[in-house]
Amino acid sequence: MELARHPKRPYTLDYIEHIFSGFIELRGDRCYGDDAAIVGGLAAYHGRTIMVIGHQKGRDLAARTRRNFGMPRPEGYRKAQRLMRLADKFGIPILTLIDTPGAHPGIAAEERGQGGAIANTMMCMARLDVPTVAVVIGEGGSGGALALAVTDRVLMLENSIYSVISPESCAAILWKDAGEAHLAAQTLRLTSADLSELEVIDDVLPEPRGGAHKDHAAAARAVKEALETNLRELEVIGPRQRRRERYEKFRRMGVWKENGLTLF
Amino acid sequence: MARVSVDITRRNGAGASGSGAEGCPGCKQLLTPDELAANFRVCHHCGQHLRVGSRERIEQLADVGTWSEVAGNLRPADPLEFYDLRPYPERLEEAGYDTGLSEAILTGTCKIHKMDTVLAVMDFDFMAGSMGSVVGERFWRAAETAIDARFPMVMICSSGGARMQEGILSLMQMAKTTCAVEMMAEAQVPLVTVLTHPTTGGVLASFATLADVIIAEPGALICFTGPRIIEQTIKEKLPPDFGKAESNMEHGQLDMIVPRPELKDKLVQILGMLEGGVACALEPLWEETRRPRRRGGAFTQALKRIKSFTNVPRRPS
Repeated sequence: MELARHPKRPYTLDYIEHIFSGFIELRGDRCYGDDAAIVGGLAAYHGRTIMVIGHQKGRDLAARTRRNFGMPRPEGYRKAQRLMRLADKFGIPILTLIDTPGAHPGIAAEERGQGGAIANTMMCMARLDVPTVAVVIGEGGSGGALALAVTDRVLMLENSIYSVISPESCAAILWKDAGEAHLAAQTLRLTSADLSELEVIDDVLPEPRGGAHKDHAAAARAVKEALETNLRELEVIGPRQRRRERYEKFRRMGVWKENGLTLF
Repeated sequence: MARVSVDITRRNGAGASGSGAEGCPGCKQLLTPDELAANFRVCHHCGQHLRVGSRERIEQLADVGTWSEVAGNLRPADPLEFYDLRPYPERLEEAGYDTGLSEAILTGTCKIHKMDTVLAVMDFDFMAGSMGSVVGERFWRAAETAIDARFPMVMICSSGGARMQEGILSLMQMAKTTCAVEMMAEAQVPLVTVLTHPTTGGVLASFATLADVIIAEPGALICFTGPRIIEQTIKEKLPPDFGKAESNMEHGQLDMIVPRPELKDKLVQILGMLEGGVACALEPLWEETRRPRRRGGAFTQALKRIKSFTNVPRRPS
């Protein structure tokens, strides 16, 4: 869990720098503002274009403050929606990089419709005609992360985490003691291995020994290879079929009992 | 569609929406069960809307004898073997015992003022209306029913958020229900949601805000992050009207706030208009208010003849 939040771990902009040969950042939600917690833009990749959108936490204190530690506000999600529609319009595949403690919990964010922003981003992703791949590169913080992860393929770096709630908050609510965060983390099952077993993600990407922070280039290579493989698989399917498979994929998530049998 | 009636033994001693006199959370006056039932569980002193259980809500909205449950046989499992201070199955059993329900949502078809509708109602009494796998799957099945039968869907929302005990699977229900809403949108099936007190977290950030028309009940708390967490983050006390329906309305997040006694009529009106036709219940009204049609000249007559050829699909009655 600590590795997922390591301060030297590569962030979205680091991956963009290592993987792509060119990047034009696109900004603004055309409505209210520009949220620095989400970075998005057109990336050049072996003669073609990929739309890359991801959370950016910020490396130094000034950047972290400006980027709100990667916690997006509605403006960030609306910018993401705009860029996704742009990519869809021109048939550009989308790569999202997930690394956020969660959506920003603030009064102004609520007033501007934080819940709705997340919901509409998910719906926007659900109806895209282009192939989409999400990679959890650090922390997958609940709805704030999921908003960018309703994709054809969801991958996780080995040491990243993805959870419905932060272990600290979970411990505070269910164990009545935030100090039990480690127990909560174990019980919640939020590691890449757990999610792979629960069939919530499609693949786990290897990290360099000791963690991605030890070797940004190697981590980026893993992501690049995975992007290549998954795009190749996804592009042979037509958009309509791909959408059906996307709905089917999310439809199967969940475990319940029906007539005495446990289904998923 | 076959109706299955299930007898469930309830523990004596009610949930929040059960029997026995209750104090109004607003004005603190005592309200008898009869008073509450007569006024849709709205306090007749101060207008405070008290919480309504899912079954009572169905009684309030659906025409008598028209409710038919869908996906009622689904039951929650324990995929994570979750054990905080108590094991998840134990919490589920207690919730079932307290409420007589199997989960935090009831889904089915019914008629509302003779209009066929898919109705889904969440219940805060069951584990704070938290969304887990069964809530997600029942929503999906309700959406499928609406698409197949071409009925509109009404979703009464009430939730504290995602069900932690099912971990990441609960989070994924947000994506799953969103895909269901997208399928409904593709099929042009109207979805109207009613946000009741409280509607928060993962439910607000998925289907609740993806409806074609979003209605809220007066005074309902509607916010993504709970007020306590926001206060902890910004280290200030929040204004008393934070996140309430009225505040949401002011900030453009809702279409309308409808007092509960008017909800049934309002729903039928909206659904009827979204479907392009005139709702069954409003037809008599139309007859009364319609002015005699003018015969019209040659062009109007020709247009009428053309219109009579085109096949406008009518809603199955």
